[in-house]
Amino acid sequence: MTAPRYIGARVPRNEDARLLTGRALFVDDVEPPGTLHVAFYRSDQAHARLRNVDPSAARRRPGVVAVYTAWDLGEYWRPGPLLVPPPPIPGLVFHQATQVPLARDKVRHVGEPIAMVVAESRYLAEDALDDIRVELDPLPAVVDLEAALRPGAPLVHDQLGTNLAAHVVQRKGDYQRARRKAAVVIRRRLFYDRGAAAAIENRAVVASWDPRAEELTVWDTTQAPIPIRNGLARLLGLLESQVRVVAPFVGGGFGPKIMMVYPEEVLVPWAAIRLGRPVKWAEDRRENFYATTQERGQIHDAEIALTRDGRILGVRDVFLHDTGAYDPYGLTVPINTQCTLLGPYDIPHYYSEFRAVFTNKTIVTPVRGAGRQHGVFVIERLLDAAARELGLDPAEIRRRNFLPRKAFPHNHQIIFQDSAPLVYDSGDYLPALERAQALIGYEQFRRTEQPALRAAGRHVGIGIVTYVEGTGIGPYEGARVTVEPSGRVRVATGVGTQGQGHLTALAQIVAEVLDVPVERVHVITGDTREFHWGTGTFASRGAVVAGSACYAAAARVREKILGVAGRVLGADPKKIELRHGTARVRGEANPAIPIGQLALQANPLRGAVRPGSEPGLEATAYFGPDKGSTANGVHAMIVEVDPETAQVEIRRYVVVHDCGRLINPLIVEGQIQGGVAHGIGNAFYERLIYDDNGQLLNASLMDYLLPTALDVPRVEMDHRETPSPFNPAGIKGVGEAGAIPAAAVFAQAVEDALADIGLEITEIPLSPNRLFELIEDARRGRAAGPIAAPAGGRALVVEGRFEFAGPREAVWDLLLDPAVLRQAMPGAELLERAGADGYRGVLKVGIGPITASQFALTVSIVDPDPPRGYALRVDARGPLGFVAGVARVTLTPGASGGTDLSYRAELEVGGTIAAVGQRLLESASRVMTGRGLAALNRELAARLGGSGR
Amino acid sequence: MKPAPFEYHRPDTVDEALALLAEYGGDARALAGGQSLVPAMNFRLARPRVLVDLNRLDSLSYVRAEAEGLHLGAMTRQRAVERSEVVRRDAPLVAEAIPFVAHPQIRSRGTVGGSVAHADPAAELPAVLLALGARFQARSRATHRWIAAGEFFTGLFATALAPDELLTDLVIPPRRPRTGWAFAEVSRRHGDYALAGAAAEVTLDQRGDVAGARIALLSVGDGPVLAREGGATLTGSAPSPEAIGAAAHAAATRDIDPPSDIHASAAYRRHLARVLVRRVLTAACQRARGSSRSDPA
Amino acid sequence: MTQRLGVTLTVNGVPHRRTVEPRLLLSDFLRQELGLTGTHVGCEHGVCGACTVLLDGEPVRSCLLFAVQADGHEVTTVEGLAPSPEALTPLQAAFREAHGLQCGFCTPGILMTLVAFLREHRTPDEREIRTALSGHLCRCTGYQGIVDAVKLAAARGAAP
Repeated sequence: MTAPRYIGARVPRNEDARLLTGRALFVDDVEPPGTLHVAFYRSDQAHARLRNVDPSAARRRPGVVAVYTAWDLGEYWRPGPLLVPPPPIPGLVFHQATQVPLARDKVRHVGEPIAMVVAESRYLAEDALDDIRVELDPLPAVVDLEAALRPGAPLVHDQLGTNLAAHVVQRKGDYQRARRKAAVVIRRRLFYDRGAAAAIENRAVVASWDPRAEELTVWDTTQAPIPIRNGLARLLGLLESQVRVVAPFVGGGFGPKIMMVYPEEVLVPWAAIRLGRPVKWAEDRRENFYATTQERGQIHDAEIALTRDGRILGVRDVFLHDTGAYDPYGLTVPINTQCTLLGPYDIPHYYSEFRAVFTNKTIVTPVRGAGRQHGVFVIERLLDAAARELGLDPAEIRRRNFLPRKAFPHNHQIIFQDSAPLVYDSGDYLPALERAQALIGYEQFRRTEQPALRAAGRHVGIGIVTYVEGTGIGPYEGARVTVEPSGRVRVATGVGTQGQGHLTALAQIVAEVLDVPVERVHVITGDTREFHWGTGTFASRGAVVAGSACYAAAARVREKILGVAGRVLGADPKKIELRHGTARVRGEANPAIPIGQLALQANPLRGAVRPGSEPGLEATAYFGPDKGSTANGVHAMIVEVDPETAQVEIRRYVVVHDCGRLINPLIVEGQIQGGVAHGIGNAFYERLIYDDNGQLLNASLMDYLLPTALDVPRVEMDHRETPSPFNPAGIKGVGEAGAIPAAAVFAQAVEDALADIGLEITEIPLSPNRLFELIEDARRGRAAGPIAAPAGGRALVVEGRFEFAGPREAVWDLLLDPAVLRQAMPGAELLERAGADGYRGVLKVGIGPITASQFALTVSIVDPDPPRGYALRVDARGPLGFVAGVARVTLTPGASGGTDLSYRAELEVGGTIAAVGQRLLESASRVMTGRGLAALNRELAARLGGSGR
Repeated sequence: MKPAPFEYHRPDTVDEALALLAEYGGDARALAGGQSLVPAMNFRLARPRVLVDLNRLDSLSYVRAEAEGLHLGAMTRQRAVERSEVVRRDAPLVAEAIPFVAHPQIRSRGTVGGSVAHADPAAELPAVLLALGARFQARSRATHRWIAAGEFFTGLFATALAPDELLTDLVIPPRRPRTGWAFAEVSRRHGDYALAGAAAEVTLDQRGDVAGARIALLSVGDGPVLAREGGATLTGSAPSPEAIGAAAHAAATRDIDPPSDIHASAAYRRHLARVLVRRVLTAACQRARGSSRSDPA
Repeated sequence: MTQRLGVTLTVNGVPHRRTVEPRLLLSDFLRQELGLTGTHVGCEHGVCGACTVLLDGEPVRSCLLFAVQADGHEVTTVEGLAPSPEALTPLQAAFREAHGLQCGFCTPGILMTLVAFLREHRTPDEREIRTALSGHLCRCTGYQGIVDAVKLAAARGAAP
């Protein structure tokens, strides 16, 4: 072939015109006539035994067509499949527990579906959720990873007898022996907390059953339409050909849209068949925060051993991985962490051990980066600490440890997520580092700019980190390439597209091989009717694996074109050349035949297709790499920190990366820029905050902070191309690359900016609030010693003191009177005695925009100790959620004959108020407590006044 | 996330609106820009039985400079205020703060009166209007009255408005000579609810000493907080960095009792309040000095 | 008895009349009643910006308006920008050229904001562009392609 015409060109995308004009089809745009709409009743508790579900009132509501619970599913109710079985690592322990369509015995995370309402509109379906009566017996929630593994911890899955989901040890060499030879050993405890994928399109499923064709069509925002089709056929007892799954345009995937099979994906098609009407579920943003999978809590105890001159002798890393309530995705994420930690470095001795832990939180499956960022964060933080200890420049310590160019292919002797040994195919790390240093002006910054700015009181810092990313893993993808009589070329492949530009990148590959204009190549992805072999879009593999399949199929079609052209032109096929959608005998003057015409001739209406040949100009090919390809890169960043406000501004961001041969630099740059934005989000903005009860405290885009155009800098980029020898086009994946090292470089740069204050960053995500705490601690000299787990959300604590103008006994009597207690709880109505020490009633509270809403209230006195105090167990539940917990009240004689009342309530808050009301919760509780106590004091005054005082 | 059902009314005149509020009382909610109310309704946190949509009350949409001050109609869109030359001239503090109110798409709908009546502790406009000593007109079917900003905000999302009253007009008193102003806030992202914010208006006397300072803080209490101690500390002294620092310290330690939430602890908020008060006072004093040069002595 | 009200409005120059429940959000009205599915719904609490449309020329969140509130008004959606995918407006063409979109889900809302923005800012600088975009969330692009597209469109002096 001549010099590439399309591969490597900045081709604007084929898909854009439809997207830009609002004419691209997304799943929620599909609405066949008669469509019914679904809303789910979801658990507002993280861990509870499900005693009863009563949907009868909901079923009677006008507009409601059906309400289903687990018991209505009969045989159809079953746990989902294990998607990725654990790789063959000796001694590996894995406990399987996969998600169920609707909770039956227990709920295991907030947002787990309990009942499904099908109604004439989503509005009506949501109305009906209020009618469903669910009885849950709360169980203590498993939230903290370390506590989860302690003996006696509550169990997420009782049948397993442990919260341990997996235990894996991988080793290379002998770390302990290497450590004994070390001049320096550095040990750190490092934290990485959860974030969301947060595609702007939520998930959606629409299903339609055609009883005459006996065919089910499912539109699904999935990254893996073919496995979904296969799974649904199996579950529903249909032939695979009776199920068509279409993933049309999908509004961002980032990992969670590949989780198979989500409860909603199983339930919506089932309901459509059962009801004989199309059924749609479109996830709303709040549901997305519970029902769509997340990443990635990990706690690492990591250690690095080095020589005096900064060469790595070995690394030891022992970590805990939060897998959430179920583990359908196996061990992909923690194994990625384990493997990616090795980076571009020559680490002769490595000991890595992890425990995956079940918790009462949303399921963890890969999100852009898929555990790789943890590995990068750990090794890069260790190297930063080592550089400081050894007095080396951070860039220098990395340079000293790179694998040399001659080391490839390099076998790391441990097993990767695809069950194959971790082998780096190719790479050339030093030039990438040097290029990044040159681009950001590393030396200049360190030597002149930074000292000058520091002297002027500015806090500027620089960071530089490197990474290696395993991409493009198997098992395989396929593609069919067809030349149509019009001369347009149709390409069908199984991978879906979520914005990566497959409709263009794959077209470029085919255009290159066939030499047709790229806009004449029409790529169809994500429709099982068009192509039904394949796995999906994940692990930065679309371009690599499907691209290689397209390449192979196009090459076969090329052979066919040459053969037919040779026959038609009476020439040796070897002498035929393809130019711009035509074939001719080599030589400018020779007549050219459009390939469309050859396609017609290859599919004759009369005559014979010769034995051994096939009709048409079409070929199907598959590509299954036995090993992935390894991309790598360097990220560098300059930040300025305002230590007074703890605000961070990113001033420069440089990426030099190597993803092998570039198909389309425009797309690659977009992928990297977008990945960096996601990484910056992870580093400083985005954190899923769970409280001690497993309640997610920021289930909205108000409080879960995606970075905006003002928060993400322009990424300055340079490409290096070290082709992969593992696939014909030399491609490596790029989809996740930008996100992977961002947290590590951010931490290094911020630390450098605050070098005069002297703090160390050992956790991600950071926030201004956390940075403020770190700065304060460092200034007070408190940085020494191990840092505790970063503070998660906590249950709502309401505490304070109040002075009553009356004797303790009088106050005590007051506190036992339900009429008075009612006054102490603003909004409490009809409080009446229930049992010996209990009261039941109704609470009606509203604040500001929150409409006064009814809560069923129970209050009981526990541990009465007259007249010194008691504890009140309070439980209030309603459509907006619940508040439950214990308030301890202590009475002590006051100074001037009065009584001091001190109180401390630890309350669990759940439901909507917990999910989206956090900003106001403390203020609101203060206001209500204040009002209540003032009312009590008035009552006391009245009583004491009445008794003659 | 779809709102619960409600009964909808769309009066064409203020009188009709007041009649509806009188009829439905606490069951009704006035719908101004709806940029806070409708999200709360979509989450079903707010489930008003009756909505009285004020968006046809064109008579409440204006920016008018008059002798007693700058009048803003309650239904004036925030975007119109942002674009107003008159506001920039007569109430530059409002002009400085308004780009911090969410985003243009929100400000196209959001109204000045809606923001004030909603009384969100994190909202910019209530704090700014408090610092400026604005007054608000409340009308009901029977009466109308003027309420000073200092008396208007009564607690968490609480105001002095009765259920049958409508906020109709706002007036910002004219700026005195040698007066400077400034607004600053720290938020996680541009347009977010601030973690803390401060607005200040400072007037210098002929000698250049501080004749009066009004400082209002947001996101550090149940509503906008007038930092009286902070203002008093600065008043009477020369606007030196030390005096400003003392005022900021007073405001942060004596004027506020900030809450904690998932984005900022009480300690961080208090710290930010001190930093921001110092910054806005510094800028306001500088502007006051600058304006004294151009003002006829 | 559920209240239902008439809504008469113009969308992309075409008059429509429907009778709807007052609680129906404008975003759902456009998508479900009129079949204009180019307006996307991403959060329904006014943060992501995907549902942005023009109401009498001003960008608004269609998820924070009831359809009945648009009665008597003029709405422009992404479908109203270009007559067909083959005839992109200069702003849309700049998005394609500068790779200002990936999955394209947030794009329609962003375009609507920018149409209004470019009307008021003929030669915006990068800071102004980024501030204008800050009311939109895009998870794919990292915004750079969008910023470049706006610059490109503005440099060509293209009325959006």
